[in-house]
Amino acid sequence: MPRITLEPRFQVEYLSVLDSDGNLDTALEPKLSENDLKALYRAMLLGRRLDERMVRLQRQGRVGTFAPIKGQEASQIGSAFTLRPSDWMVPSFRETAAMVWRGWPIDKLLHFFAGRLEGGQPAPDQHDLPITIPVATQLPHAVGLAYAVQYRGDDAVVMAYFGDGATSEGDFHEAMNFAGVWHVPVVFVCQNNQWAISVPLKKQTHSRTIAQKALAYGLPGLQVDGNDVLAVYAAAREAVDRARAGDGPTLIECVTYRLGVHTTADDPTKYRAEEEVRMWEQKDPLTRFRIHLEKRDLLETGLEQRVDDEIAQAVRRFEAAPPADPLTMFEHAYATPPPGLLAQRDEMAAREHAAPALDGQQPPAPVDATPMRGQRRTRR
Amino acid sequence: MAKLNMVKALNLALLEEMERDNDVLVLGEDVGVDGGVFRVTDDLQRKFGSQRVIDSPLAEAAIIGTAVGMALYGLKPVCEIQFSGFAFQCFHQIENHCARYRMRSQGRFHIPMVIRMPYGGGVRALEHHSESEEQFYAHIPGLKMVIPSGPRTARGLLAAAIRDPDPVIFFEAKALYHAAKEDVPDESEALPIGRAQIAREGDALTLVAYGAMLRVALEAADILRIEDGARVEVIDLLTISPLDRDALVTSVKKTGRAVVVHEAPRSFGPGAEIAASIMDGAFLSLEAPIRRVTAHDVPFVGFAREKANVPDVPRVVAAVRETLAF
Repeated sequence: MPRITLEPRFQVEYLSVLDSDGNLDTALEPKLSENDLKALYRAMLLGRRLDERMVRLQRQGRVGTFAPIKGQEASQIGSAFTLRPSDWMVPSFRETAAMVWRGWPIDKLLHFFAGRLEGGQPAPDQHDLPITIPVATQLPHAVGLAYAVQYRGDDAVVMAYFGDGATSEGDFHEAMNFAGVWHVPVVFVCQNNQWAISVPLKKQTHSRTIAQKALAYGLPGLQVDGNDVLAVYAAAREAVDRARAGDGPTLIECVTYRLGVHTTADDPTKYRAEEEVRMWEQKDPLTRFRIHLEKRDLLETGLEQRVDDEIAQAVRRFEAAPPADPLTMFEHAYATPPPGLLAQRDEMAAREHAAPALDGQQPPAPVDATPMRGQRRTRR
Repeated sequence: MAKLNMVKALNLALLEEMERDNDVLVLGEDVGVDGGVFRVTDDLQRKFGSQRVIDSPLAEAAIIGTAVGMALYGLKPVCEIQFSGFAFQCFHQIENHCARYRMRSQGRFHIPMVIRMPYGGGVRALEHHSESEEQFYAHIPGLKMVIPSGPRTARGLLAAAIRDPDPVIFFEAKALYHAAKEDVPDESEALPIGRAQIAREGDALTLVAYGAMLRVALEAADILRIEDGARVEVIDLLTISPLDRDALVTSVKKTGRAVVVHEAPRSFGPGAEIAASIMDGAFLSLEAPIRRVTAHDVPFVGFAREKANVPDVPRVVAAVRETLAF
């Protein structure tokens, strides 16, 4: 019996357009207008400044735990930039830059990180899912959305975000497998930031790349320099166009680095060396792109101040919001609250005194919840 | 009226709802060409095509996870998990996402999906093919948990579940699939979710059951009527969550006594919530402690010992007699 080599023999490509000094490989340069280039930079800068502000707000106790994105701006903005508003964006929990680019109001994100679910409510016409925290579990949702797009005959594309740690989860593999079998218009964007809290990539997978995992599912996989916004854009553009043309899903691995903490509850000095962080700071995606734009004389003056003002205004709106009304917790458990839940709400309303009921009416006067034969009104 | 067994009645409900609404899809392992391992989805793929009746790859988490995505887009997927014992591989998708999306998105999204699962014993099956796990789903806010007791309630409740804007876990007792035929109306029928039915009226004691245990309760009631002259009221719960507390309380106010029967293990099972609800609403009507007749608090015992574990008629009769004599 033979032992033969089966075709195809797989290869994984790596794409980089800007080097770490901001020099351009013109042969690979994506077609972007000057306005597009300025918009990319502005969105990345906003992502960075908001990130720094969020960390300060958390340290001051004004918002809760937050997962910073510092260092991943190019991966997020370069990819999300390729989407139309009618396309779908499926985030994990470390995509604030991409979410703001997609139209999430900053004050809404602040509400989310201040523990208010109002911050997780997309606008009625917004095609974005809310932040999903259990790792990789949003990826099957993206595949299902893409299936529904195809079922309805729409031309939208779905882009889903996750990190290197997520590629160890079953949901990642199941989602890739279903996407391949169903041939749906979804783009998987892995932000390989080298660390899943304290576990480095080499302990996460024995694969040389994450991109090659796509090949097992019959999908194209491409590795890009995730700190090079033009490379990420070029890869995402190709994948989104392919998906929209009906040519199926793609996995893009953005090789990047989490310059900050995992979350504001984390201390990375326990598990990684300062020298490693310094080395990656040399590849800062924002600096690289700024140098490039400077060379092309495309940097806008006063941009940092304008971005900071926008953030400051959002923080003011966030802090001016009235306190969370506890009674609204009963509104979105079901389309119609069942009687047992309404009874619990009435109990709370009686405690909170005279809060308006779900239908805008005053709640009923507190009554004994269990009127019974021979009621005992006093405690024995 | 047509006389159908539960498999045919469920198949009819799926057919009717798919004809009624193009957004209804069926998704699961072997549901297409094969028509499901119990034939509940028989012939649907031939009628509606493979895009609407989807033979998925073998992965429970992605079946539920992709269905969540479809529901987010406005479709109404009806998923089949081949046996409820395998649903722990998608439990995170059910608990973390199906149940929570309405709340997480503050009403921007909701998940109009149904997850059908065969459950329960009585079919001499292996481990993971015989258990009752309704308590896990009944405990999760945001879900509804429905268990029909025969062909007519199966058809009417499945139609209601598919039309419901919230996610519904729909358990089908394997022991009932081919057990008996029942008259099912010619016209499509949707029974209300969250409403119990009085399967037999009585005044001596309230016997609460659901799913395959309803037959056991009714047989026990027959024996008690003949041998003891006791008219036991049998409540067919039909929906585990949200629980029809009014029906329970109204009945116990009349009878003063209650026994609950379920196949799931006793501790922290539906019987505990049912008993507590009766205590809340009818404490001063009670003449005796509320008894539970359930499986024991042991993992799967194998079908050679199943009869000794799952409630049967003699155990229910004995529990009722003890409660009546208290």
